[in-house]
Amino acid sequence: MMKKQAVIVGGGPAGLAAALRLREKGITDILILEREHLLGGILRQCIHDGFGLTRFGESLSGPEYAQRFINRVLEEGIECITDCTVLDITGDKVITAASRKQGLLQIQADAVLLTMGCRERTRGALATPGTRPAGIYTAGVAQNYINLQNIMVGHEVVILGSGDIGMIMARRMTLEGAHVKGVYEVQSYPSGLPRNIEQCLNDYGIPLHLSHTVVDIRGRERLTSVVVAQCDEHFRPIPGTEEEIPCDTLILSVGLIPENELSLAAGVELDARTRGAFVDENCQTSVPGIFAAGNVLHVHDLVDFVSLEAEALADSAAEYLLEGSLPECRLTVKAGNNVGHVIPQRISGIRPFTLSLRVRQPLSNVSIVVRQGEKEILRKKMRKALPAEMIQLPVRADKLNDSEDMEVFVE
Amino acid sequence: MKRTFTCIVCPNGCEIETEYEGTEVLSVTGNLCPKGRTYVTQELVDPRRTIATSVRVLNGTMPLTSVRLTSPVPKARIFDVMDEINRQTLTAPVRIGDVVIRNILGLNSDVIVTKNIDKA
Repeated sequence: MMKKQAVIVGGGPAGLAAALRLREKGITDILILEREHLLGGILRQCIHDGFGLTRFGESLSGPEYAQRFINRVLEEGIECITDCTVLDITGDKVITAASRKQGLLQIQADAVLLTMGCRERTRGALATPGTRPAGIYTAGVAQNYINLQNIMVGHEVVILGSGDIGMIMARRMTLEGAHVKGVYEVQSYPSGLPRNIEQCLNDYGIPLHLSHTVVDIRGRERLTSVVVAQCDEHFRPIPGTEEEIPCDTLILSVGLIPENELSLAAGVELDARTRGAFVDENCQTSVPGIFAAGNVLHVHDLVDFVSLEAEALADSAAEYLLEGSLPECRLTVKAGNNVGHVIPQRISGIRPFTLSLRVRQPLSNVSIVVRQGEKEILRKKMRKALPAEMIQLPVRADKLNDSEDMEVFVE
Repeated sequence: MKRTFTCIVCPNGCEIETEYEGTEVLSVTGNLCPKGRTYVTQELVDPRRTIATSVRVLNGTMPLTSVRLTSPVPKARIFDVMDEINRQTLTAPVRIGDVVIRNILGLNSDVIVTKNIDKA
């Protein structure tokens, strides 16, 4: 069986950044496994700009951002196997993978870095009634067709869900000559970033209908119309508000789910809130030596933060490989009032870490409070806090103790 | 006159309350950085945007490369710029930074390749 110090599952932004940092830390025996033919992950199809503003101080497209990391990975001679699908990971860190060139591979790793990213929620998850015609795509699939494969997906378009990719595709399809009739969002607030509402919808006169959803899908071979309706605060359609909208294409932008089938196979415990792994301040999962970062851990808004998180992961993974262990993390971090989730969920209380969280609903003039027992560790005032925007707070070690659990809440 | 702008310069997406007369900005509040004021001033006089799209590539490993503008163009000219870009065809290999159209429509912005495509 092949042996490797560190195996990285997924050659997207998280995997690439982690590989480079491991190399900087002196880990030489690294292998990246990538399912696609080329490295870069989802960035390959994200051709819009706005990537790299914090890391590089310029507004790059997704492929450019990815290529900067790919170039360095190639310069460093880090081993990558592409066209290679990981089939299984065991709790003992044995990886089974199917490679187009090398056949079936079995690799014993000292450390496994999970950087598989996320997948999209589909129509099945929404249980929208109606027929099953052609013309219904998740936003990322439409993006792949249009930006990578040169296939236009439709002409008269309705978008369900106000996620960022849905809004970016509303603009993209408009530029390519489609007529985007509107974006319908079941919640009373948008789920994407305000700047995308401005530059993707408002700029092109595309209406955003909050508290609305699709209640019926019609058409035999191809989609012919959808029926939309207004919803109450419990997301229930209000009878009498239905409106039929003729269209040939329905784009779903209704959420992203960390891709954790392999993590489950390895016995990694998942958090029902993030749908990613429970991790400690070292990005280490419940299985020692298996680490997770990026969208496989929790869905990010910005790739710049994915890269940073993956580098923090690699710092810890390098320490694990070089020292043999990491400080024990016995203290739990709890998501309290109005906090949707927190990362990490466990800490040692002796080291600094970055706390990531999302609020549950749009709030203004609030404070994010971090407390250990009765002691306030951190308080950050925010003029506005939106679920669409991940909040990251550096927590200093000198404020912490190593005996009390932590709670994060909104006040 | 009063208007609230959502700044698109960075992911902070500041909501900027603006008081203005014609194209003159009298006051701005809510912006986390000076770029917010510059953005609002530009929006009042001449709103500009960058765009990203794709261009056909012949004999490549992929049928398309992606392109973007190097600086923003007037919002009203976006579809003219798209028409111009759509007339282009490239031949592999293409490399990030290759200029597809210099100074497109005289708008002081170049169209550049943003993805490497190797020869098939």
